[in-house]
Amino acid sequence: MSLFRLALANLNLSRLSSAMNVILLALGTASIATLLLASAQLSSALTRNAAGIDLVIGAKGSPLQLVLAGVYHADVPPGNIPLAAMDRWQHHPMVKRAIPISIGDSFNGYRIVGTTTDFAALYDAELLAGEYWHEPFQAVIGSQVAATTNLSIGSQFDGVHGLTDGGDRHEQSSYQVVGQLVKTDSVLDRLIFTSLESVWQMHGDHRASEHENAHEHEDKRQDEHEEAHEHENERPQEHASNTVQRATVEHRRNASAAFSNHETHREITMILIKFSSPLGMLTLPREVNETSSLQAAAPALEIARLVQVVGVGLNWLNAFAAILVLSAALSIVAALYASLRARRQGLALLRCLGATRWELFYLLYIEGMVLTVAGTFFGLLLAHAGMTLLGIVLGAGQGLAFSGWMWASGESVLVVGMLLVGVFTALLPAVQAYRTNVPATLSSG
Amino acid sequence: MAMPDKNALVVELNNLEFGYEKPILRIDHFALKIRESVAVLGPSGCGKTTFMHLIAGLLRPQNGSVKINGTDITALSEASVDRVRGQNIGIVFQQLHLVPSISVIDNLLLGQRLARVPTDRSFAMELLAQLGLAHLIDQMPANLSQGESQRVAIARSIAHRPSLLIADEPTSALDRANTEDALGVLQEMTYTNAAALIIVTHDERVRGSIDRVFDLGAKA
Repeated sequence: MSLFRLALANLNLSRLSSAMNVILLALGTASIATLLLASAQLSSALTRNAAGIDLVIGAKGSPLQLVLAGVYHADVPPGNIPLAAMDRWQHHPMVKRAIPISIGDSFNGYRIVGTTTDFAALYDAELLAGEYWHEPFQAVIGSQVAATTNLSIGSQFDGVHGLTDGGDRHEQSSYQVVGQLVKTDSVLDRLIFTSLESVWQMHGDHRASEHENAHEHEDKRQDEHEEAHEHENERPQEHASNTVQRATVEHRRNASAAFSNHETHREITMILIKFSSPLGMLTLPREVNETSSLQAAAPALEIARLVQVVGVGLNWLNAFAAILVLSAALSIVAALYASLRARRQGLALLRCLGATRWELFYLLYIEGMVLTVAGTFFGLLLAHAGMTLLGIVLGAGQGLAFSGWMWASGESVLVVGMLLVGVFTALLPAVQAYRTNVPATLSSG
Repeated sequence: MAMPDKNALVVELNNLEFGYEKPILRIDHFALKIRESVAVLGPSGCGKTTFMHLIAGLLRPQNGSVKINGTDITALSEASVDRVRGQNIGIVFQQLHLVPSISVIDNLLLGQRLARVPTDRSFAMELLAQLGLAHLIDQMPANLSQGESQRVAIARSIAHRPSLLIADEPTSALDRANTEDALGVLQEMTYTNAAALIIVTHDERVRGSIDRVFDLGAKA
């Protein structure tokens, strides 16, 4: 019959009070652990999604919006920029890699990103199956897209205009899935990639139609003109040529042709930059912002700013959870102290049976620590189970898949902190037990 | 195992004085041998409980010596006194004081553990059987009658084979039949286990069941 077993038996005797104290402590621990897990996973997801992207160059507007739209695909971009900008910045000495992206369409809520195959390399993502695109309107899908849309290699789908479901469908041009990426637990999983040409042609489509309409109007005017000058045949070959073109060129080719005609007007949404040197961070953003009509935004800085804003809320929640833990600790002190009064005779008896003062101290100390350790354990269990459940319920929205199967570095600090709380919680009753005056207690009984 | 010397003194008090502002207790000499029993009698306030606490090492006298099996515990540190008490003395309290959170058998085993003697479960069960409590070994103290609790307390006080058994008012809450029963058990346990017995009481019914009487009232 060890003192440890005796301590457990004592706690079991007052099991309701013990359970309440453990629950109170567990709730406090779970609150803090959940915040730590959420913060760690949010921070990790933000870092993972910004992998290898040092700078985003896009249209003037909110830099945070630019980063959220271009890196996290969680916002609409502020606007488009000329493709010509690529020429200037991709050859800049501070730039190791410049990747253009063009966004504007989606499928089932998943964004269609026109880019180069270098984009996947930013995340060290590999193809799970199939291959990258070789020609326009071929697409590579992320793992979450594949899992939730039933798209697979060989499938065809129509993109819709806009970044949310419910826009106009581009029925004239269907995409064909030619490849699927491995799961990366990043924003890549919920994107559809295609070539820039696909996006240009898709939207050149509209311009081609407009272009064609313009030609039609021109032709109409020409016809009217011809009617007005009956039998005049000054430009018969030109007219015939236009008519034949309208009749024979397919819709998609029209788009390409129109697109070629507007090559100098090609646009992209933004450029993702990887610096060749850390010095790039010091010079390039300023250079972009001061010497061009574009805007440069550093994901690290923008996200740090965002986290700082969100962090204020997290700090308040942490403070609230800490108060919960403190209340629980005080409750344990009160419970042990109250039980001491009732158990004074019993403690004096243990001294008579041969227990030393330190053994009484140890006994009460174990009781306090067992409550604290149990509260901490169940609190951590609750937090991790809760995060796992949250991950299942929420899925991997916005590239952030919550999981309980991880250990946030702050949790180790939490455990140490909780053990210290236990040490101080158990100390007061233990000292009181140590000081038990046996003769006085026995005489008063 | 060598047989204990039947003339060996288990308790020896010499020139003992205890008091706060004025002496409460003064004992020139007191001695008790193995298998001997003594009833410490006297009215309330004569110092019976103080006498018991001094022998158990729970109080330290201002003067004199308290020898338990030849060891003067007044010269020892508190922790050493705790050890001597645990190993040599078994105490039965007036209010029984079983540990309520553990079973009957665990109360006996805890006594052995705190006395720092090897745990002897079979001896503990044998004691309970001798006291007719074999069927209650796994019961919690709350489920026992007062008589059963008293017997368990007696069994626990002797489970670590002490050489001295001190019983503080063991019959105060008992009727005549139960008083005789409890005294009989205490005597038997003392004799069987080669111990000495001190019964601190104001119950005159004890006189007839004990070897000798040490009347603190008369001394005062």
